[in-house]
Amino acid sequence: MIIYLERQPLTVRDGITVAAAVTVTRTSCTGQPRAAFCGMGICQECRMTIDGRRQLACQTLCREGMQVERSV
Amino acid sequence: MNQACDILIVGSGPAGLAAARAASRTGLHITVIDDNPRAGGQIWRNGPDTQLEPAVVERLAVLEQPSIRYLPGTRVVAALKPGSLLLENAEHGFVMVYQRLILCCGARELLLPFPGWTLPGVTGAGALQALVKNGLSIHSERTVIAGSGPLLLASAATAREAGARVENVLEQASARSVTGFAAQLWRWPTKIRQALDLATTAYRWNSHVVEALGEQRLEAVRIKVGSRLKEIPCERLACGFGLVPNTTLAAHLGCELQGTAIAVDSLQCTNLPDVYAAGECTGIGGSELALVEGEIAGLAASGQHQEIKALLARRNHWQAFADRVRQTFTLNPAIHSLARPDTLLCRCEDVPFAAMACETSWTAAKLQTRCGMGACQGRVCGTAAQTLFGWDAPLPRSPLVPARISTLL
Repeated sequence: MIIYLERQPLTVRDGITVAAAVTVTRTSCTGQPRAAFCGMGICQECRMTIDGRRQLACQTLCREGMQVERSV
Repeated sequence: MNQACDILIVGSGPAGLAAARAASRTGLHITVIDDNPRAGGQIWRNGPDTQLEPAVVERLAVLEQPSIRYLPGTRVVAALKPGSLLLENAEHGFVMVYQRLILCCGARELLLPFPGWTLPGVTGAGALQALVKNGLSIHSERTVIAGSGPLLLASAATAREAGARVENVLEQASARSVTGFAAQLWRWPTKIRQALDLATTAYRWNSHVVEALGEQRLEAVRIKVGSRLKEIPCERLACGFGLVPNTTLAAHLGCELQGTAIAVDSLQCTNLPDVYAAGECTGIGGSELALVEGEIAGLAASGQHQEIKALLARRNHWQAFADRVRQTFTLNPAIHSLARPDTLLCRCEDVPFAAMACETSWTAAKLQTRCGMGACQGRVCGTAAQTLFGWDAPLPRSPLVPARISTLL
């Protein structure tokens, strides 16, 4: 399956979450790179723009052609 | 697009599934919601590489019954008038009207600050397990697991099965606490088998993480094993200091809390009539306790009171185990002073420890520093501040989770 991270194609296995596919999910307000931290929808570190909507990467399954962008 | 049901169950982990199964015998209309895309909660989380045990598959099958509607990927945004909740999924917001509510919201990890804890590559201990079950590849990565509680061993086992090299499992509790706990396990024979299955030579008690090191991502950890400091190169650090009941929705509804958990009576009923709670959100106890509490809540909420008496002994048995776990893994005060003045405590607003430590309460700290005003709404830093400074828990306000404007209109 192919998803697009910052418009670049990324091949991922079926059934995995977006958080499992990306290493850095956002840049913090002081410019630090962040990644999924709690893995269960609490900490919001993995919030990303997925198909135009802000969603949690750890609770979103990859879908063919999905557009994923890091959030600031 | 309102929806209605007789019984609404929030959470599809062991407690929620047991409640659904017990209540479904009456033919009432039941709805089960969960914010995760797959059912099972943290412990029975299904994923691309997970082989669930047949007993768990059977538990999950309840969601396919015709009297049960299961809505994954659905969050509670706010309570409206009594008997209705505003919900949101990836597509839209909607109102759910219910007669009875069973809260099976589970627990989250106690995540405490230490230098470097914001680096990519650092996660909670249960978090690493959750991410791996959801497909994160950690094959051949050097991994350190740290914190406190039985979850560390489970997390280490998941990491090993995924091909990671587990360098150390660091338990902050003392040798005396842990061996004393192990000596009591004969009272719960299934737990002896579990402990033997999970045992590892990488386990060290009286040990903890001191600092995560790296520039753009984790490169090494500095740890303290007994009284010795060591530095270990690694790609992953999974650190969790125990579990915290999820009480946000309950507190928002007006349920009484007892300590950090939802207060319930012998029928798992909260102080609000028609609102029940079961599992970890009523106190950390593990899946066995969650199952029996969920079953009691499901029976009580569906009017099958005569069935409950037979379950009380089982609940007491597992409650005693939960009490032992809590006593064993009490946090050592050294864990409270891992953060340095410049260590970020609020990860959403990047507020350093020093800025919060000089305040006198959560509200004062929030007003002065913006801590807890970011996307997680204090679920991480508020809980850490409760633990580190003894402040009262932040009062939840709606929307309980970040929601789309269209949901709120």
